[in-house]
Amino acid sequence: MNAPAKIQETNAEQSLNAQFDAIFAQTTQNNANQRKQAWEAFKAKGIPHRRVEEWHYTDLRSKMNDAFALASKTTPKAEALTGAGDLKTYRIAIVNGRYVPELSSNQEVTGLSVAETSGVLEAQLGTDDAMASLNQALVQGGVSIKIDANAKIQLPIEIVRYTDGSDVSSYAGTSVEIGSGAKALIIESFEGAANAAYQSNALTEVKVGDNADVHWLKLQVESQKAQHIETLSIELGAETNFQHFIYNEGSALSRAQLFLEFKGEGTHAGLRGTSLLKDSQHADITLFVNHAVPECESREYYRAVVDDKARAVFQGKIIVEQGAQKTDGQMMIKTLLLSDTAEINAKPELEIFADDVQCAHGSTTGDIDEDLLFYLMARGIPEAQARKILVLAFLSEAIEEFEEEQCVDLLEAMTRKWLHADDLVSE
Amino acid sequence: MLEIKNLHAEVDGNKILRGIDLTVRPGEIHAIMGPNGSGKSTLSYVLAGKEDYEITEGSITYNGVDWEELGADERAAAGMFLAFQYPIEIPGVATMTFLKTALNAQRKARGEEEISTPDFMKLVREKAKELKVTPDMLKRPLNVGFSGGEKKRAEILQMSLLEPSLCVLDETDSGLDIDALRIVSEGVNQLRSPDRSMIVITHYQRLLDHIVPDVVHVLSKGKIVKTGGKELALELEKNGYADYVDEEAA
Repeated sequence: MNAPAKIQETNAEQSLNAQFDAIFAQTTQNNANQRKQAWEAFKAKGIPHRRVEEWHYTDLRSKMNDAFALASKTTPKAEALTGAGDLKTYRIAIVNGRYVPELSSNQEVTGLSVAETSGVLEAQLGTDDAMASLNQALVQGGVSIKIDANAKIQLPIEIVRYTDGSDVSSYAGTSVEIGSGAKALIIESFEGAANAAYQSNALTEVKVGDNADVHWLKLQVESQKAQHIETLSIELGAETNFQHFIYNEGSALSRAQLFLEFKGEGTHAGLRGTSLLKDSQHADITLFVNHAVPECESREYYRAVVDDKARAVFQGKIIVEQGAQKTDGQMMIKTLLLSDTAEINAKPELEIFADDVQCAHGSTTGDIDEDLLFYLMARGIPEAQARKILVLAFLSEAIEEFEEEQCVDLLEAMTRKWLHADDLVSE
Repeated sequence: MLEIKNLHAEVDGNKILRGIDLTVRPGEIHAIMGPNGSGKSTLSYVLAGKEDYEITEGSITYNGVDWEELGADERAAAGMFLAFQYPIEIPGVATMTFLKTALNAQRKARGEEEISTPDFMKLVREKAKELKVTPDMLKRPLNVGFSGGEKKRAEILQMSLLEPSLCVLDETDSGLDIDALRIVSEGVNQLRSPDRSMIVITHYQRLLDHIVPDVVHVLSKGKIVKTGGKELALELEKNGYADYVDEEAA
């Protein structure tokens, strides 16, 4: 009589059951096992909810009322895709989880190869997160991107992930391998038609060799009604510089989860980002940074501007393994709350098992500084404009640290647009 | 012309100004001296329109306009400039961007055309050179990493660019060495004009050796307790504020 009640499957979970059965029936043999394993891993946990520690502040189970039907293969007009805007790039277009050659660049770039895949990833790095498992069970397609050792790719590599349609879901699986000594800038966007309600779940696995230099910009500009989940697993070799920046503007609900592991010594990783939230948006950035080897540096610096009833969630866990001496890890979260009903949940964590390390974390939350506002107004700048200047300044400080000039310009332009601050004088 | 009549003001319920009467005509420089806590900085903030500085009695009019009706930005556009005692650092805002935004905001408020970028650049470079504000300082975020002297020079540069008709200098001499004091004073003196009124707030007479006032007032406990010519400053330097503070207490 006292048997524990089985947690009842939600409407969304029931939809997912049917979707998996349909996909599994038509999947090829060599992927079947991996899909099934991923599905079982997902089933064992179900959609994450607030009693799962890593998802405590983002109760997906209650926010995901349904799992939309898997989006079919479409080819939207090229103009529908925004990506990195006017920047000249090598474009890789992924629509509804699938690679679309017609919308992608086709010129030869020495040292770069791009191939369409099933989206089922071979490496299976880093995470057993339920939503990453779900991605692998249902994944619709993807690409494998390889950059040869010592290749210096001048053109930014642009990955546009577009979900076409409303009440649909897309699952993309992407693998990126960057050889030792290589240099690349990757700009990925996540987008869809304005105001379309859809779900996008992307899984990306990145392996970077030694002595590489990688800048990676993620533009999360999904429809304001979208639910966006992205899992990024990163492994870094020795003496490498890896800089990642998330620009979070879209989605009703978004979750970016990054799993980063240092595999070689002397490597520097910078994880940064800005979240610009309004209405009732909910944006979650969750990091797991594992210092598995000595003498690596990590910087986790995020800023959020939260207005109306929006909510930003930041969770960052830095793990320093025993033996990872001379680790230098610094984490800082700064938030501007622009309304009384805006909210931030910041949870920085350190787990340190080595004794000769430098680690710190901090978090600040506040309103616009009245003294700064007065200073600007005393110089004749009207209050509304002065407030925009201060918000832009707050975000620019984070943006400028990305140190890729074309990305900094792009990010500042996007930030100005979000602020309706095109009238502010630029430098 | 600035007319302050029976001005009472408080901050967070603390009564600071207790009945100030002061008239400053165009072309005049008035020095306001007084001990710590006498209300000098409060007067400057009340004039500039800082929030939380509440006028409870009396009035301020400038060129016939009721100053209380205007926000800080509108006062600036109407000619007011406060050189801050502690100029604020604003990371993320480039000095040049800020200067241009401020100048154009004021022009716009007055119905004037915005200044073009080349004209603006030329103007800033000329004025910056006079005040020994280096191109490097202009590239940096506003006041960030500036020394005390650099901050004060940057304030005077702003004043010179914005061409206000009513300047309030709040302890502009504090934190300046002799050379910096000379540069800043020269900058201020160049802005002396028959159309411009200035109020120079200071503890010390030494600034008034460089910026010679027409009238000197002594502020104590929120009131002007003595008014005289420039020689009053010398007397204060010699005897201190004790006479006035004691007089009040008695």
